[in-house]
Amino acid sequence: MNIMTEQSLENAVGDKMNAKSNEVIKMRGDKVGVFYGEKQALFDVNLDVRLNQVTALIGPSGCGKSTFLRCLNRMNDTIDSARVTGKITLDEDDIYDKNIDVVELRARVGMVFQKPNPFPKSIYENVAYGPRIHGLAKRKSDMDQIVESSLKKAAIWNEVKDRLQEPGTGLSGGQQQRLCIARAIAVSPEVILMDEPCSALDPIATARVEELIDELRQNYTIVIVTHSMQQAARVSQRTAMFHLGYLVEEGATDKMFTNPDDKRTQDYITGRFG
Amino acid sequence: MGEHTVASFDEELGQISKLIRDMGDLAGSMVSGSTKALLTSDNALAQRVVSDDAIMDARQRELDDRAITLIAKRQPMANDLRAVVGSIRMAGDLERIGDLAKNIAKRVGTVGLSVTPRDLSHSIDAMAQLVLIQVQGVVEEYAAADAAALAQLRNDDERIDVKYTSVFRELLTYMMEDPRNITACTHLLFCAKNLERIGDHVTNIAENAYYVLTGQQLPANRPKQDETAMATPA
Repeated sequence: MNIMTEQSLENAVGDKMNAKSNEVIKMRGDKVGVFYGEKQALFDVNLDVRLNQVTALIGPSGCGKSTFLRCLNRMNDTIDSARVTGKITLDEDDIYDKNIDVVELRARVGMVFQKPNPFPKSIYENVAYGPRIHGLAKRKSDMDQIVESSLKKAAIWNEVKDRLQEPGTGLSGGQQQRLCIARAIAVSPEVILMDEPCSALDPIATARVEELIDELRQNYTIVIVTHSMQQAARVSQRTAMFHLGYLVEEGATDKMFTNPDDKRTQDYITGRFG
Repeated sequence: MGEHTVASFDEELGQISKLIRDMGDLAGSMVSGSTKALLTSDNALAQRVVSDDAIMDARQRELDDRAITLIAKRQPMANDLRAVVGSIRMAGDLERIGDLAKNIAKRVGTVGLSVTPRDLSHSIDAMAQLVLIQVQGVVEEYAAADAAALAQLRNDDERIDVKYTSVFRELLTYMMEDPRNITACTHLLFCAKNLERIGDHVTNIAENAYYVLTGQQLPANRPKQDETAMATPA
């Protein structure tokens, strides 16, 4: 009896380890540095983003977590003075290679912002816009299909299906944010970047988005910046802690929030930062 | 460890840690009081131990309240979280130690009425001293945040188990020698068993305290020397 129990325990542990070794790296940051003009905002960040996992980036304001996030789909290109060093790969392709089409990259690596920012158009058009400019739908019926499935995946379809022609800006904050997630999903991205997606939402809307993040993980890889430690603990499998532009510690979320290795992580998550 | 940005968070953690200390001190005094009462047939002292148990229970309820409130209010993380959850569990073990000491104290009257308990209880005295050292030690080492000492203390429980085995055999001999000893010896045997159980709760506390301090669990296996199960004929 005892032997059986030990055996099955060993198998369980073995399975876990196999699962670990099978984890695929979707995006990889290799010695990533970012300069805004003369000022360096990010230093030598080596960070892997794993396939179908939620990676949370945490740290105090100005630590570089959003800066790193914005490197992952070259949003920093939009800032003239910004310069990125090091290497970032998506499926082992260098995303800063000069042959990379940035528009296509941003379709593969979508983004959801802190404040819900629907276009001043109808709910339908908000979702249809991306697929249209990327030429993803040939016929109106294809587009209808994309809009419906995106809104369903973003868990907002039932709330808006009868008023698709109403303006997206007329929705509540939480609904707007899920509409923005639907908009990001509509172009079939592989990675979704989220920059504090719940900071402007009430607790119930936050819970809905968190639930959604967990569902989306089955099909997408997610990187989320959040100021809420509890949120990072709830939604992510991996957590990376940034401080003063450096990556301090990265590891399994469960461990990071119960027994972190680095004192700065410990101080930050327990509310002791000076 | 530095201070929290929110000062009242530190105060609340401090109150919980003080309650653990108080409960630990009370547990030590109850264990020492109950064994002293047993060995000297001191009924008044035994009564005091029995009434101390009510204080112990009240402390545990207060600690539970404070810990639950703190979790609800502060959502503690990492070492803070371990400290709060660990305190709840340690308080449970300390409360059980109080119960077991009370149980020993309750037997004082009965044993005292029987024949010459003093002669029969020498080895229990030695065992009680070992247990007392463990109870006092575990609270001190936790307060001193000495993880290595806690790991050692947990292994030292083995010595209590060895002692318990010898007390068991000794009392068995007395009972075989003279059946008039059976009542007293049976009560003493329960007392010895209670002391042995107290030792086990101390090891639980040491394991918890070790986890609170380091974030690591001690290995599941520790040396065990209670052979009484084998000493009895099947």
